[in-house]
Amino acid sequence: MNVAASAMRLLEARHLSFARQDESVFGPLDFTLHTGEIALVEGDNGSGKTTLLRMLAGLLHVEHGELHWRGQPLQRDACIGERVLLGHQLGLKADLSARENLQAAQGLHGSRAGISIEAALDEVGLTGYEDEPVRRLSAGQKKRAALARLLLVPAALWLLDEPYANLDRAGIALVNRLLEGHAQRGGAALVTSHGAVSFHGGEPMRIRMHA
Amino acid sequence: MSAPSLAQACAALLRRDLTLAWRRRGDIAMPVLYALIVTTLFPFALGPESALLQRIASGVVLVTVLLAMLLALDALFRSDIEDGSLEQLVLAPQPLALMLAMKILAHWLATALPLIVVAPLLAGMLHLPAAVMPVLLYSLLLATPLLSLLGAVLVALTAGTRRSGMLLALMLLPLCVPVVIFAAGAVAAAQQGLPWLAPIAWLAAALVLLLVLAPLACAAALRIALDA
Repeated sequence: MNVAASAMRLLEARHLSFARQDESVFGPLDFTLHTGEIALVEGDNGSGKTTLLRMLAGLLHVEHGELHWRGQPLQRDACIGERVLLGHQLGLKADLSARENLQAAQGLHGSRAGISIEAALDEVGLTGYEDEPVRRLSAGQKKRAALARLLLVPAALWLLDEPYANLDRAGIALVNRLLEGHAQRGGAALVTSHGAVSFHGGEPMRIRMHA
Repeated sequence: MSAPSLAQACAALLRRDLTLAWRRRGDIAMPVLYALIVTTLFPFALGPESALLQRIASGVVLVTVLLAMLLALDALFRSDIEDGSLEQLVLAPQPLALMLAMKILAHWLATALPLIVVAPLLAGMLHLPAAVMPVLLYSLLLATPLLSLLGAVLVALTAGTRRSGMLLALMLLPLCVPVVIFAAGAVAAAQQGLPWLAPIAWLAAALVLLLVLAPLACAAALRIALDA
């Protein structure tokens, strides 16, 4: 995405690296993510893409290197609720319906101004499946329900791990549309993917992981 | 952007967990049936003499309820870890310890409360005098949340390990010894017509302490479990 002149630095990584039992998983990485920017994390299987996203989400602590959030050294309390992670585990309760899952998410995270649960479910194409228990939905529909949560919660940084997996062509277009909308609202996103990704707004920034 | 208040977040989580428990009502009935069957075994094994059963009734009910709770405890955070809900909870803009306290409360309501409801029936089967029944209920009302809180810390600590069920039992049961001593002590004292308030007060004091410390310990342990 082209970075607008008014864009602010949201997330900065300096010499960020990760090692598991002295064995290097990735890094050192240097990148800067501005508001309104979407970055694609590229790398082979096992190159540490998921690990990077979990680290940026704050689930893994940073041992080597530095992370800065809006220009300040990143602390857990500083950006609480501003990051949202969509991982391989979608974080949906299988016994609850998509609507009930979103209600719980809304209660915990709050919701963005101007969007309701109904509108979010409609946007991701789950109309008619709102009250179906998530366990009865297909893998693609589950993914769509998780994408509805992204739309709902007020987070500035989206960390999406393989968001295109399990989705049909319309679903892939949906993810791209959601990302573009998020970038236009001044949010930023890091996306890991194997497939080709295209945005109308131009080429996304690319972060190469070295296995 | 509207951040939800703490009360809203607590209510949302409590509602979610209680709805989940209600959707799986069969799982709620399981510990109750287990307690019922175990209690029934004692008269068969020891003989149906009323005097003997009366003497062991409170201890049997307490230990049975404890073991029945242990059966259900393993599942406290398991599904949340498996489906990624725990990560979402950690990333939510809410104090994690308080959110986990809500989860423990929901779990207590779904597993321990049904056991407390059937406890008079269990005790009655063992000829516990009706006059002592309230004391048994007081001690269960204090002992079961203690076990839930102690258990939650251990479940959080063993969250990363496989087959944590047996390990959990081995770690939790020794910690339950003081709880059993004070709870059974209160009922035994009441049965002998002695003052029984002191052991109950000890249980209450321990509960207050754990109410504060256990959620904090759970939060720290689960953060470590995710950070691996």
